[in-house]
Amino acid sequence: MIDQLYQEIILDHYKHPHGRGLREPFEGEAHHVNPTCGDEVTLRVATDGSTFSDISYDGMGCSISQASASVLHELVQGRSASEAFAIQEAFVALMQGRGQVEPDEEVLGDGVAFAGVARYPARVKCALLPWMAFKDAAARAGVGASPEVKA
Amino acid sequence: MTFDVARIRADFPILDREVNGHPLVYLDSANTSQKPRQVLEAMRLHQERHNGNVSRSVHTLGTEATAAYEDARAKIAAFVGATSADEIVFTKNSTEAINLVAYVSAEFLSLGPGDEIVISEMEHHSNIVPWQLLCQRTGATLRWFAVTDDGRLDESTLTELINERTKFVSLVHMSNILGTINDVSRIVARTHEVGALILLDCSQSVPHLPISVADLGVDFIAFTGHKMLGPTGIGVLWGRGELLAAMPPFLGGGSMIETVTMAKTTFAPPPARFEAGTPPITEAIGLGAAVDYLSALGMQAVHEHEQEITAYALKTLANLPGVRVFGPGTPEGRGGTVSFDVDGVHPHDVGQILDDLGVEVRVGHHCARPVCARFGVAAMTRASFYLYTTTDEIDALARGIEQVRKVFA
Repeated sequence: MIDQLYQEIILDHYKHPHGRGLREPFEGEAHHVNPTCGDEVTLRVATDGSTFSDISYDGMGCSISQASASVLHELVQGRSASEAFAIQEAFVALMQGRGQVEPDEEVLGDGVAFAGVARYPARVKCALLPWMAFKDAAARAGVGASPEVKA
Repeated sequence: MTFDVARIRADFPILDREVNGHPLVYLDSANTSQKPRQVLEAMRLHQERHNGNVSRSVHTLGTEATAAYEDARAKIAAFVGATSADEIVFTKNSTEAINLVAYVSAEFLSLGPGDEIVISEMEHHSNIVPWQLLCQRTGATLRWFAVTDDGRLDESTLTELINERTKFVSLVHMSNILGTINDVSRIVARTHEVGALILLDCSQSVPHLPISVADLGVDFIAFTGHKMLGPTGIGVLWGRGELLAAMPPFLGGGSMIETVTMAKTTFAPPPARFEAGTPPITEAIGLGAAVDYLSALGMQAVHEHEQEITAYALKTLANLPGVRVFGPGTPEGRGGTVSFDVDGVHPHDVGQILDDLGVEVRVGHHCARPVCARFGVAAMTRASFYLYTTTDEIDALARGIEQVRKVFA
């Protein structure tokens, strides 16, 4: 069962994160903390019209939260606002699905590896941390009307 | 009588269960302890046969409940060496006990700008935040002892830190994260020399060590039931009788009054003055049963058993590659709470893989974030022991840590 949580894809993203590090310029930044464990992530979005031209981030935390940030970078960078928010919505739905939601690899790419996390309620917050920071950072950058998401 | 761990374990029904297909290895007693059958039975018996409200009923059930509740108070008083049961105030937990003292101190000690409160960097958040709130309300200044590299209170600043402006000192007796047991004798002497009062947070020490409030020489102690084989929802404030008698109330309501008119109320003497509303009666009775259980074994014997387990655990962890222990490296002056780091693996991941093997540890900042910051980490993994812990369980922990390193290799 633990293998479903620690899939190779997740461990790879944790050990070799994609796009890590805070970069300039950026239009919106958010810093999110999980107060129960102290994990944190700072995430910046840079936009080019209505496209997310860069998603840069830094943080410290468990493999799930940090790998999630790496996957987010990969999925959202270069996407239009509407595409990005659709991906965000799909990821949040997967995490809140208690293991009952079948992920769509077309939409979520490496994010499907997080399907196992949904079975560990204590870890769902870890996986969502960077996505909630992204939502805030995008709002601060004034990009799109982000859909209502239950944290 | 030798300390028979197998016999003790047989009293704890939960220790029979499996977790994720493995026998439960419960190494989280600093978080909350497990409860023996004797405690569960005492609470069930009370609810089934003697339930009534306390201190207000003339009927038989109310009288029985009151007698049981007050009997629990007397047992707990004897357990910590209090001179009178009236010095034992039942609260919800340690947090409420500390908040009670911090809250009333504003008026009781006439605190204002220029006054100082002293805590330490080693405290649980419950012994930090109430004092921060008090300082915000009164304008008093909060100061603190630092922690040394080997996880002990840095007393080098003692005479400067505790001075004629100091009005209250509140320190942890045994750290919930480093395991350090603080010898507070010099700090107590200095506190009283400057005319201040001192509270000791004994949440982690009363469950594990023989404690005598007279020997400690402090003015207040706080501890909680659920870490010492009792239920949740019951905590204790012990205070010196003359201080409790002089303190204003904390919460107002039923039971804490003498006479109420529409214009004015006079208050009951302690401990009732500080127990507004219907108290956690069954929980107090459960804590009384827990104290009976611990007393029958003898706290010295409990402590010695835990010292052996701690020595074994420290040695085992020291031999594991990539594992760093925080706090004192030998069992002297420390208890059975051992926090550590597994190189390159976040504590959440350590705890998750250990749980998959049935090994229950706590991960995170342990409500002592300043300690984590002091040691430069965001979180720690903590294994904590009790009277039912065996060396086999420490071996299971070690095997689990090897598995953690394999997964994250």
